[in-house]
Parts: sequence; C-alpha cells; structure tokens
Amino acid sequence: MSRRTGAPAPLAVPALVAVVFLALPLVGLLVRAPWATLPHLLGDPLVREALRLSVVSALLATAISLVFGVPLAWVLARTEFPGKALVRALVTVPLVLPPVVGGVALLLAFGRRGIVGRYLDQWFDYTIPFTTTAVVLAETFVAMPFLILTVEGALRAADRRFEEASASLGAGRLTTFRRITLPLVAPSVLAGAVLCWARALGEFGATITFAGNYPGTTQTMPLAVYLALESDPDAAIALSLVLLVVSILILVALRDRVVRSA
Amino acid sequence: MRRPALLTAAVAAAAVLLAGCGDSSSDTAGGSSSASASADDLKGTVTVFAAASLTESFTTLGRQFEQAHPGVTVKFNFAASSALAESIGQGAPADVFASASTKTMDGVDAAVDAKDFAQNTMEIAVPPDNPGKVAALADLAKPGLKIALCQEQVPCGATAKKVLDKAEITVTPKTLGADVKSVLTTVSLGEVDAGIVYRTDVRAAGDKVKGIEIPADRNASTAYPIATLKDAPNADGATAFVDYVLSADGTKVLEAAGFTAP
Repeated sequence: MSRRTGAPAPLAVPALVAVVFLALPLVGLLVRAPWATLPHLLGDPLVREALRLSVVSALLATAISLVFGVPLAWVLARTEFPGKALVRALVTVPLVLPPVVGGVALLLAFGRRGIVGRYLDQWFDYTIPFTTTAVVLAETFVAMPFLILTVEGALRAADRRFEEASASLGAGRLTTFRRITLPLVAPSVLAGAVLCWARALGEFGATITFAGNYPGTTQTMPLAVYLALESDPDAAIALSLVLLVVSILILVALRDRVVRSA
Repeated sequence: MRRPALLTAAVAAAAVLLAGCGDSSSDTAGGSSSASASADDLKGTVTVFAAASLTESFTTLGRQFEQAHPGVTVKFNFAASSALAESIGQGAPADVFASASTKTMDGVDAAVDAKDFAQNTMEIAVPPDNPGKVAALADLAKPGLKIALCQEQVPCGATAKKVLDKAEITVTPKTLGADVKSVLTTVSLGEVDAGIVYRTDVRAAGDKVKGIEIPADRNASTAYPIATLKDAPNADGATAFVDYVLSADGTKVLEAAGFTAP
C-alpha cells in the first residue's frame, strides 16, 4: 500500500512550507520553555486537577458527539428532507462562531435566564453554568461539528453498492447501518472522533464564558494556561507544553490503533 | 494605459509614507516641549496599548485628541494589561502604554517615565432586578448566593480581595473571571447574583447592571499609570498623547467615566 517514491517538487515545496509554518510556533514554545520547572508544575495539584478535568471532559464531549453526531451525519448523507440545507448550515455554525460568542449563546439557551435554563432553575432548582456539565456542553457544542462533517464526508464517498446489496438481501436500514455502513466508515468515525477530542481538549472561549473558571470544577488546562499568562508567562508556556505532550501521546496511541485496524 | 497610472499612484503613496517617516524621526530631536507648543507639526499614527477598563474613556480621549491634532490618527489596542505588557515585551510597535496596575507597568522595561493618571475604586454589580437582594458588602457572604470575582492575578481581582479582606468577609465565588469585563457579562446576563467590578465598569454598563456602592473606608483602589515607550515609532505623538491624558481636558473625560484623580 505504501510504496515509497519521492514527491514531485510542485507538491514537496508547498508541503515543506506548510510543515515549517506549523512547526515554527511550536519551536518558539520549545525554545522558551522553562524545562527546569516542568516536573515541579506536574506535581502541582492544581495543574493535575486541570489536566484531569481537561482529559475527562474532552472524552465525555467526544462520547456525546459520537452518540448524537454519527446519526446526524447519516441523516445528512443518506436521506432527503425539507430544510436539509438549513440543518447542514446549522452544523457549521459552531465552526464559524467565535467560541466566546458560542459561550454567550449557550448562556442564553441554558443559563439561569436562558430559554431552557430558566425552567431547569424554576422546576428543578438546577443551573448548568459554573459546573463541569457546562464544560462538557461547551466542548460538545464547539467540537461536535468536526465529527459530523468528517463522518458525513466519508458516508458520501463510501461505496453504496455494499449497502444496496445488503438491502437487496433483505436487511432493514438499521441493520444495514449497523452491519455494513458503520464498519465501512469506521476509520473516518475514529478520525472524526480524534479531531473532535482534540478540539474539545483545546477549547477555551466557550468554556470560560459558559462554564466560568473555578479550579477543580471548570478550570481546564487551556483556561489555566490563559490565566497563568496573566501572572507568569513562563508557567503558561510550561503548562501549554504539558497539554501538548499529553494530547500528542494520546493521538499517537490512537493513530497506531487506527492504522493497524484499517 | 492603466498600469502606468497605478504605478504613479503607488510611487506617490510610497513617497508620502517615506516623507511621513522622515518627519517623525527628524522631529524627535525637538523633544517633548515642542509637541504641545506647535501642535500642528504632529503627524502619523499614535498606537496606544491600553487596559480593557479604559476602552470607553480612551476612545473618547482619542477622538478629542484627533480633533485637536488633525494630522494624527490614534489607534488603540485594548486588552488585559498583562497581555499588553507581554506583547510590548515581545516587541509590538506601540507608542504609549496605559496599564491598570503599577505592578504591570513596572514589568515593562521599555516604559519611559510612567505617571499615574487615574484611580479606580471597586463597586458591587448586581443584575438589574437584584435576585440575590444584595444591599451591602456584607451580603456577599450569604450562603447560596452566586458570586463572580476577577481572579487574583489580574488587578481587579487583587483589588477586590483587598476590599473583602478589609471588611473581613469570606466569599466563595462560583467563577473567577479572567478580566473585569467577563465578570460584568456574567452579572448582566443574570448568571450570578453579584460581582465585584470597577466603578467605571458599572457606569459603562448603563442599565444592564445595578451598582451598589462600597463605602469609601472599606473600598480599595488601583492606580492607572501611563508611559511613552522607548523606540516608539511616533515619539512626538506619544508624548503629546500622554500630555493630553494628564491635562485638565483628559481628567474631565476620565472623571465622567467614574475614575478619580490620582
């Protein structure tokens, strides 16, 4: 599958430019990083708490996105209904919206005075903002489109003959989805989930606006990094490196698994 | 036919730009006294980095300054003082820096002869209908009340802590805002029952929040220093703008916004 041949210059040169462009800021971080303080920072209970909160809430956001996003991707790719164009546009809204605005929008919907949130408050005496639930919701709102768009693209590109064969052999649409379609696009679902997780892990704007910032309940790593920037830029750089290392480790681990299974 | 015309325009534009540069650098030798004496010599753009809490008053000041010096455009960059200090440290081409804290100003090596130009005191902000029935500072300690504070690393958080310490009140906030505007937003959306913000922010928010004054003997204040910057691209413009902020006209605008004299 992977025959090694040199890339032609018109492809190699822009590719190299892209790599250098993406790598340089990272090099900047690495050069300025206060390596000596890293172990100390990792031992800081506040940092560990923020890291744990980040990883767990991003995983939850990805799980929610999988449960609701994959079916939506299938609906968008395989069915026709009035207003479909509108639904597809809605899916891209969180991508276009500045995350801070997304956070305000979430407050207007699920906040204490929000369209839905006010009834949660009145009937159940429950408010979402400033809880870990709010962190997960904010991350899901921002990250789910990455999963939906990836899976939808894969479904559109997938060979429909397998599904048609399955249907002609008498399988219902649900069985076909479960036994044929899903295994067919599994690598894309995983790729989408990884994208979604990575986006959720780095989420800042919607989280700080909708969930607020409090150590232990809503202060994720990106928030801790931003706030550390206020008092100690070196600590901020160290913290971002920690986040970076953890995310790369998890991505590489997943990548290997995906490549092996595909 | 079109191309020569365009070229001429480009050359002319370049000439104007070059002339502008030449002027400002040759004027530098004249020193600061000439700036106010012959105001019409001022040209070009003055780039001002200012604390977010100065947004409204400095925008007004900038407009008035431009009217007084028709050749000058004032360009603002409003953000958290610490973020601005960081970008100045990284070589951002600013002429003037106005900070919301002396500590932040002290950390800027390029600052020349910083002077305090205003002071800001704290005030309690509550949503217009005051759901928590907050009437005084002591009410903030009531259990069950949702409070937002700035985090301690930013000036508004440090000053709010001074106020609470002085009154010997322990508050358990729901969220720690990254800056004063984010605290104000959570209050105005009714997500929290009260927040401690600058007096000027309550004024600027109009009827979106209600202010509850903190008695002078319990209040604390933060000083706002302003300075021109070494290597300012427009040194004369920078000096003239700082002089204007410190002048009687400048003080009038600042006091209308709720600042007090230093």
